[in-house]
Amino acid sequence: MSGARSLMVALEKEGANIVFGLPGGANLPIYDELYKSNIRHILVRHEQSASHMADGFGRVSRRPGVCFATSGPGATNIVTGIATAQADSSPMIAVTGQVPTKMIGRDAFQESDIIGISNPIVKYAFQPMTAAEVPEVVKKAFYISSTGRPGPVLIDIPKDVQQNEAEVTFPSEVKIRGYHPWIDPDIKEIERAIDMLLASEKPVILAGGGVIISGAFAELQSIAELLMIPVVTTFKGKGSFPENHPLSLGPIGMHGHAEANKIMVEADCVLACGSRFSDRSVGTFEEFERNLKIIHMDVDPAEIGKNQTTHIAVVGDIKASLRIMVKMLIQKAIKRAGDNPWLKRVNETREYFRQNLKLHSHPLGAAKVLRKLREVLPSQSIVTTEVGQHQMWASLFFDVIHPGTFFSSTGLGTMGWGFPAAIGAKAARPDVPVVDIAGEGSFNMTENSLAVSVLDDLPVIVFLLNNFSLGMVAQWQRTFYDRRMIGIDLKNCPDYVKLAESYGAQGIRAQSIDEIGKAVQTALKSNIATVIDIPIDPQEDVLPFVAPGTSLKDMILPS
Amino acid sequence: MWSIISVLVENKPGVLFKVTNLFRSRNYNIDSISVGITENPEFSRMTITTSADEKQLNQIIKQLDKMIDTVEVKLLDEKKSIYRELVLMKIKITKPSDIMEITDLSNAFKCNVHDVRKSSIIVEITATPDRINAFEDLVKGYGILEIARTGMCALERGVGNES
Repeated sequence: MSGARSLMVALEKEGANIVFGLPGGANLPIYDELYKSNIRHILVRHEQSASHMADGFGRVSRRPGVCFATSGPGATNIVTGIATAQADSSPMIAVTGQVPTKMIGRDAFQESDIIGISNPIVKYAFQPMTAAEVPEVVKKAFYISSTGRPGPVLIDIPKDVQQNEAEVTFPSEVKIRGYHPWIDPDIKEIERAIDMLLASEKPVILAGGGVIISGAFAELQSIAELLMIPVVTTFKGKGSFPENHPLSLGPIGMHGHAEANKIMVEADCVLACGSRFSDRSVGTFEEFERNLKIIHMDVDPAEIGKNQTTHIAVVGDIKASLRIMVKMLIQKAIKRAGDNPWLKRVNETREYFRQNLKLHSHPLGAAKVLRKLREVLPSQSIVTTEVGQHQMWASLFFDVIHPGTFFSSTGLGTMGWGFPAAIGAKAARPDVPVVDIAGEGSFNMTENSLAVSVLDDLPVIVFLLNNFSLGMVAQWQRTFYDRRMIGIDLKNCPDYVKLAESYGAQGIRAQSIDEIGKAVQTALKSNIATVIDIPIDPQEDVLPFVAPGTSLKDMILPS
Repeated sequence: MWSIISVLVENKPGVLFKVTNLFRSRNYNIDSISVGITENPEFSRMTITTSADEKQLNQIIKQLDKMIDTVEVKLLDEKKSIYRELVLMKIKITKPSDIMEITDLSNAFKCNVHDVRKSSIIVEITATPDRINAFEDLVKGYGILEIARTGMCALERGVGNES
């Protein structure tokens, strides 16, 4: 069997039934086998989008999404997608073609050292040098990518390895002696964690992306409800806990909810689940951990103590750890009443900001626009975002009701991620509506994926908050650079309705809250790719704002 | 303060690159590194010395442990380990009596003397960093022309090796 054929068989054995990619000279043998296989191919217009689609597919289905690219520029074009997946612990398999083994190192046409280039941004990378290695490499790649803390794995296959015939066997199991993803949570530490939470007066749960990756929604909710502890999330953990729940305060951080930041600062003990305490979430590390007892649960031992001093650490899968905690609480009949001073304070704080937080007065202020979207969009819909102001407004004003339906490039902050990721999400979940909450600056970067959304019957809705500028940069220039505005004006180009139509998609311009509601309903009913272009106020800032290098207590509120 | 980390890794291409790239990308410092194949040809042992505070050292160990190509990562306790470095020093000879003096010093430090010439002499010293520094201090006056060092090599005392 040829190396390329082995790859296809191995992919099928792993349950991969869809591949996002673009062919080129060095991966044509792979494409020739793809032609003969039952795996669905989604032809992208730029390899970066293929990697984001695989990423979106992986996050939603919680199994690795697969993308293909050729050697050289094909491979370097997916680097951003790989780095994005790594930063957000997303399972992905990237298969690149490489020049033939004899040509490696000779600066051949379309040769790039993608193994070297990708090293700091992959969970692991393979370069099989014989066709016989391919089945085991694929098996190991899926194993590494999807277990423990998930991440991207690269398989770089020289063209002759794709073509060469070899006797192969497909292993049903692989072992890697330096890789131990399964760590049983330490029960004694979980007991100590419960004691610490019960002994604290002002506990908070901080839910991170790990809760979503491990699907620990029910466990998290049980613990919050049994112990009556308010839940804040990181931005990546947004929607790990229903945001309409009475204990929910929403995301903390640079553009966190005012009530979440306020309560986080006042708390004396935090149960952090699958969070890496990023600077965007916690502000300055020293200030965050002052007067705070930190219980840290994470699947990755290297996260313990990386950014914060931890008092109790539980290493292991979040779902497994939380499940043990729930069992203990039930067995010991531990419950906490909801009528304590802390919860009273939490509720008052939430109510205060709901009543008094000033929202932008423009008729198409971000809060009004996004709350309208929430109102008309079914709760099980999947939402992705681009990167920029609209993303932070989504964090602030778009409540996630159904856990695990909100995805964003939170770690790397990759502009252009949301739209292709939404297409990947739609491929994983064709049964639910998928919406990309977008800004036009970010959408610009991968808008040519409209062709894919239309032609491959993966209709998603691009909900475009159009402020004709790179809004977040503009906000920083207004705030930190004395209004010296440079490099931000996109001058209302292109016309997004015409752009959508030129791809055969539906383009709707919505200029009032009422029109927005109707446009979304039209898009939901029509089931074709739709861009809803919403002209918003270019002067609107994202507030509250915790300036970089400051702490959550220094949050700037709208004046 | 430097620490010695002993890392057992898969003996295959690219692993040294990955380890050093980890140090570079996370802004850790490598003071010395020595690599060689072990009694089992599937593994290599890397001995890395680094100056880092306790918190950073902790992270280095964890990040190394997280690497899939590392099989075992150990922070060595100086008191419970044998650690040595081999240094070749080319020392300037100005007058004939220098040769005798340097040879005497070398004997005192159990060094080997090589390539004795009118203008230079090469001394090979295998010792702990303290002793190497002491020797270097003593011969500095003659003029050190060139130095090559292997980096630290270390093993834990007693019976180990279950791999």
